[in-house]
Amino acid sequence: MEPFVSAKILLATVIPMVTALLVMISGNKPNLRESFSTIGAVLTFASVMALAPGVLRGETYSLTLVTLYPGISVSFVLDPLGLLFAGTASFLWILASIYCIGYMRGLNEHAQTRFYICYAVSVGAAMGAAFSGSLFTLYLFYEIVSIFTYPLVMHHQDEEGYDGARKYIIYLMFTSKAFLLPAMALVYVLAGTLDFGAGISAGIFPADADRLLAGIAYLLCLFGFAKAGIMPLHNWLPDAMVAPTPVSALLHAVVVVKVGVFSICRVMLSVFGVDLLSVTGLGLFTAYLVSFTIVAASVIALTKTNLKARLAYSTVSQLSYIVLGVAMLTPHAVTGGLLHIANHAFAKITLFFAAGAIFVASGKKDISELGGLGWRMPVTMIAFGLASLSMIGAPPVSGFVTKWYLALGAMDINNMILLGVLLISSLLNAGYFVPIFHKAFFGRPLPADAAATGSLERRPLVLLMVVPLFITAVISVLIGVYPEMFLNTIALMVGL
Amino acid sequence: MEQYLIFNDLSYPILSMIMLIPTAGAILALFLKSETALKWWGLAVTLATMAASLPLYTHFDSTTARYQFVELRSWFPDLGLDYVVGVDGISVLLVLLTTFVMPLCVLCSWSYIKERMREFIFVLLFIEAAMIGVFISLNTLLFFLFWEAMLIPMYLLIAVWGGPRKDYASIKYFIYTFAGSIFFLAAIIALYVQAGTFFLPALMDHPYAFGFQVWIFLGCTIAFAVKVPMFPLHTWLPAAHVEAPTAGSVILASVMLKMGGYGFLRFCLPIAPAAAIEAVPWLLALSLVSIIVGGYLALGQSDIKKLIAYSSVGHMGFVTLGIFLLNSHGIKGAILQMINHGITTGALFILIGIIYERTHSREIGVNSALGTFMPLYVLFLGIFSLSSFGFPGTNSFVSEFLVLIAAFEKYPLVGALAIPGAILAAAYMLRLLQKMVWDKSDGHAHHGHDDEHGHHGETGHRHLFDLNFREGGTLVFLAVFVFWIGFYPAPLLDMMDVSVTHLIGQIEAGTILEGTSHPIQALSATPEAAVIIDAQPAPQF
Repeated sequence: MEPFVSAKILLATVIPMVTALLVMISGNKPNLRESFSTIGAVLTFASVMALAPGVLRGETYSLTLVTLYPGISVSFVLDPLGLLFAGTASFLWILASIYCIGYMRGLNEHAQTRFYICYAVSVGAAMGAAFSGSLFTLYLFYEIVSIFTYPLVMHHQDEEGYDGARKYIIYLMFTSKAFLLPAMALVYVLAGTLDFGAGISAGIFPADADRLLAGIAYLLCLFGFAKAGIMPLHNWLPDAMVAPTPVSALLHAVVVVKVGVFSICRVMLSVFGVDLLSVTGLGLFTAYLVSFTIVAASVIALTKTNLKARLAYSTVSQLSYIVLGVAMLTPHAVTGGLLHIANHAFAKITLFFAAGAIFVASGKKDISELGGLGWRMPVTMIAFGLASLSMIGAPPVSGFVTKWYLALGAMDINNMILLGVLLISSLLNAGYFVPIFHKAFFGRPLPADAAATGSLERRPLVLLMVVPLFITAVISVLIGVYPEMFLNTIALMVGL
Repeated sequence: MEQYLIFNDLSYPILSMIMLIPTAGAILALFLKSETALKWWGLAVTLATMAASLPLYTHFDSTTARYQFVELRSWFPDLGLDYVVGVDGISVLLVLLTTFVMPLCVLCSWSYIKERMREFIFVLLFIEAAMIGVFISLNTLLFFLFWEAMLIPMYLLIAVWGGPRKDYASIKYFIYTFAGSIFFLAAIIALYVQAGTFFLPALMDHPYAFGFQVWIFLGCTIAFAVKVPMFPLHTWLPAAHVEAPTAGSVILASVMLKMGGYGFLRFCLPIAPAAAIEAVPWLLALSLVSIIVGGYLALGQSDIKKLIAYSSVGHMGFVTLGIFLLNSHGIKGAILQMINHGITTGALFILIGIIYERTHSREIGVNSALGTFMPLYVLFLGIFSLSSFGFPGTNSFVSEFLVLIAAFEKYPLVGALAIPGAILAAAYMLRLLQKMVWDKSDGHAHHGHDDEHGHHGETGHRHLFDLNFREGGTLVFLAVFVFWIGFYPAPLLDMMDVSVTHLIGQIEAGTILEGTSHPIQALSATPEAAVIIDAQPAPQF
């Protein structure tokens, strides 16, 4: 079907940018500033949802803003994959911006205006990436995300903050310059265009394109989008956890890392195409590559005692599920992988929200200190437990649906190794999440806390954090019980 | 001679006018006394020149490769020296770049220049006329006259208004450039002896033996490689940049370096195409070395101006890389890169001048952690830093990407070897940006010897005032071009398109014509040979 040319698809990118401007102007009035931030988030989500019915009817929207050079343009397309990512990210921005108020005020953080500006711009750029219609546009927004999340990572401006942020920007800029830039040049030389192809099988390369160069371009893309955290380029993520928790939550569980994963999926499906990847065996190669990440990151997570560090490695592991699904190149597996973009987002943001709420309410960062905390923060810890189940892949939470489809995909291609990876990683996931939950409810409190009783969740600022995380946990369960909405969206993409 | 030219049909002789306005302005400036009057006079003259040059953009005919707006006056018939000026799609952009940059040079000197204002304005306007002359001359002798006419005022600009090591820097600049131009003079005399004319388009069409081409190519290349500057002839540049006043650095970076690239396109390729093709591996290698060495040296600098100077070596390496890839993407990318470097690096030098006026230091450590006190300054620093390392959506990305495409199209290995340059560019610019905006650690390290100046660390910057209207306006003007070219370079690329195609045609025609005298060229140039090459099995991987 011919895409509709519509300027509406710019809204989701423009609204957050305007929000950032309003935040800047209202910098010295915190209440106004944070209202702008929240309203901007709501409007962004609304603008995405306004386009959803059309997409679900099988329509696509597109808009070419400017053409820089023949085949290189700033263009936007909204298809099911973009809708899934943009919808998830913009919805979670609403909750995150409410959560931010509680967290940032609760800890009396400095430079909050800068924080909200960069936060909004990052989300806007992620929306732009989701709606990208060409590799150049995707690269443009990908890089904007890198630049504007840098001040967020070094927010505390202490030694640790600067170090983490330096590592962050070195990893992201190095990979994008060293790998993505030549990859784009190669793609342009081979295909004569950087615009995404229609459909997911054909790709944009002519049939006689040099397979070796195409393969090199693919590998360059795979490692160039280092935000996806595929090993060995994952190391920036744990260090980026020095950022305030709302940053870790929205950006390093949803926006930033998902832009990386989304970009890889997009490039696999809309640039190289399923056909080329399966003929050359690059799909399976990718699957094995990310399988290593899935298992290794889980093993490392087991060794971490800092709650956020453990969550960071869990993120590295879980992101690779998404790439794994797409790399298996069967409809079931691709469905599972893409579905996990949403599933992981809701579950992981819950976990980070919970970690932040625990820190603000009790000042605790380490898992060993959590003994008995579950009784004082029951809502938080139950939400944490539900999200953990999603990570492990147990029914009825959303992660189960992902694993189900991924397992189906592995069986479709009769690959027992990949099936084994899924099972082992589930066990490992259980291995590092269950002890946290157990500790919180059945562990012995630290001697210093033994006497403390009473709920920690009643303070108004903490409540601003507990409510969003409760909502995301509930949604995780709802998706697990009723995944049709997301499945239907993805089905339009993969034709299942 | 007329088949090459389209005579000027505007109501006034535009090319002569844009040279005459600054020349007359320079002479009249000598009669002014008040410093303020001189500044305003300088601004008015450069703005008038800029306004007078606008029809070059609006009335340019981008469908032809012939020289336009031509004026032809017989001057010294016995020598074959005519006054003949005109522009094509390659030079018109550089002329516009010159006329647009000059008002900014006056503005950035507003409070920077504290002595000899009359002479300063005189020199500045004189340089403008000479630089425009270089880009519009269609006669080699005329070209050489303007080329040399630039040398002395630029020398003075550094030697009179420069920093502490101005003597060393200005003499080094003079010796390098002058030595280079001697070779160029020899080349144009040899061409005259061979072809009997100084008229440039005719020289391009004249066939030369391969051996002769090699000498011509070498003579021209040395002159232009010094100017670009290309490794290993680049060492005059950091010295000149560091010591020159802001306006001098801006002129040097924005316009003068472009004369090297322009010379390659105007002389080396069309006059000696067979020799140029033979030299491609060497010049590509030197370009790559320039890109990487420039970036590497920039990474280690603690003096902001030196850092930008070395970054220029890297950026101009992309220009020569694009030129000697000898294909359309590459040459277009190279020309655009020249424009972009003029905009971005010019802006960065202006930014350095602004901070130098406030802290009297160009050390990164002294100028660190400005974010809180000079947000506007930091905003522009961010924009131009990103532009400098080719951030998508800014001007430099387009040109660097075109050069990369050209490289991967022709020699993927060359493309791969240019990538470290792009990485280094991101590394040194982000390092600079991080330290100037936030870092505090270096500020403490400088406490000791900066105490007498009373500015060190973060607290020392509290008295700094942010950009004033004049500075902000200058930077906004340049930032507009950063994003315009970054997102919509089509108008500029369209202007150069036909001329670049024509140039590539000249190179190809030249190699076929001259090929017989050289076995390798003959092989690849004749159709039969091409068939033989095609018939060989393509390499299988």
